[in-house]
Amino acid sequence: MQLVAPLNGTLRRLPVGAVYLAGLLPLAWIVWLVIGGDIGVDPVKEIEHRLGKDALWFLVGGLAITPARRIWGLNLIRYRRAIGLLAFFYLVLHLMAWVVLDMTLLWQQAANDLIKRPYLLLGISAFLMLLPLALTSNNWSVRRLGRNWRRVHWLVYPAVFLGVVHYLLQMKVVSAEGWTWLAVIVVLLALRIPKKR
Amino acid sequence: MKRSGIRNLLWSQVTPKEMFLNRRSVIAGAAALGAGFAGAPALAKIAAKQSAFSTSAKPNSLEDITNYNNFYEFGWDKSDPRKHAGKLSVDPWSIEIGGMVDRPGSYPLDDILKPVTLEERIYRFRCVEAWAMVIPWIGFELRALLDRVGVQPSAKYVAFETLYRPEEMPGQRAGGIDWPYREGLRLDEAMNPLTILATGLYGEEMPKQNGAPIRLVVPWKYGFKSIKSIVKITLTDKEPATTWKSLQPREYGFYANVNPEVDHPRWSQATERKIGAGLFAPREPTLKFNGYEEQVAALYSGMDLAKNY
Repeated sequence: MQLVAPLNGTLRRLPVGAVYLAGLLPLAWIVWLVIGGDIGVDPVKEIEHRLGKDALWFLVGGLAITPARRIWGLNLIRYRRAIGLLAFFYLVLHLMAWVVLDMTLLWQQAANDLIKRPYLLLGISAFLMLLPLALTSNNWSVRRLGRNWRRVHWLVYPAVFLGVVHYLLQMKVVSAEGWTWLAVIVVLLALRIPKKR
Repeated sequence: MKRSGIRNLLWSQVTPKEMFLNRRSVIAGAAALGAGFAGAPALAKIAAKQSAFSTSAKPNSLEDITNYNNFYEFGWDKSDPRKHAGKLSVDPWSIEIGGMVDRPGSYPLDDILKPVTLEERIYRFRCVEAWAMVIPWIGFELRALLDRVGVQPSAKYVAFETLYRPEEMPGQRAGGIDWPYREGLRLDEAMNPLTILATGLYGEEMPKQNGAPIRLVVPWKYGFKSIKSIVKITLTDKEPATTWKSLQPREYGFYANVNPEVDHPRWSQATERKIGAGLFAPREPTLKFNGYEEQVAALYSGMDLAKNY
């Protein structure tokens, strides 16, 4: 706790805008790799997968904020909206990479796949669940929706879980990294189960 | 190197002029070879006959072919084999050939290669993951080896095994797959002239990440059928257990023929992405039997390919 207090003090002086800017670094990194020709032999898959993974990092990061405060007293609530919106931003890019670069605008095949492939269905479901969250991540909506705002934003839990399962299902064999993601998300969700009193 | 007495001597005078020029052209030639490596089909070290089975499609660059590999013995990522395969020792190498053959035994690689004529086979390569390349393999027809060892009439299938050497193959120390990697073919598939054992590509010895020193290439089937770094070949009368089919029988069958009409349960096989085609290149339609329909369709006449995927 002694370590956390000065950390919280420092964080208070960090403007939210800085978090938005820092959140663009993973994208800048991808652009840098593409420009430098270091994105690998299969740039399409690499870009698509990196964007998806970046979205997962932000989503899981956003979910970790409340437990971090509860457990260590680390106060990052101020940045939660930024982190959530960044997650959604990477999700949009990930989806665009799939449609434009991977499916190369073969809408028919993309649509067929979307219905037939469980992992795509899970991915798009997660996206659709997060869409209203992104749209209501502003002060006006918070005021307007009142108590319902919390109810809507509860969707983040199933959405992130579906996102992780989507990530695991597209693997040929689930890797150690995949299982780690699943373990982390299960722990984060378990921490939100309300305690009985 | 420099000595006081020969200060005025030029290199052109030291070396007889003919030899000097000759050497230069050798160096220039070598440089051209290095530079041309990316696109030009094999003008190189290993002497190999051209083949009528080669596609006229432009091969992928050596960089594409050697940096994008599914060779899980060296890791899950496609860049892992290039990073980790260097440790693999491929000399000495021999293949244990057994089962229903007249002359079973351990055949050293050089002995296997002695009677065969190497050919360049520029083949399309289609991965079950829906990406594709064109690869200029160097190899010989599998049937030449099978004829040599004498396949007995009772044999119906050929089973293959990859090297199991966890100390050199980090992927084998991790779980997930029941090593060694196993694959198999029906005997008539194995005897088809398209089916080769490849020992090189781009006119060079087989890069380790591509399955050195000797691997199978079955161009009308998904890539995972083309087993790498083979140490064992067994002729049997029963369909052999194969790695991917054992792992996920619903997703990967024994036949694994490239077929745009039969989807993988998790993705469509109707189209493919050509590796090396660039960021905005369109997907291309996948061809039945990967474009080798004429040569192999007869092998499966009367078979339900949706069931025998």
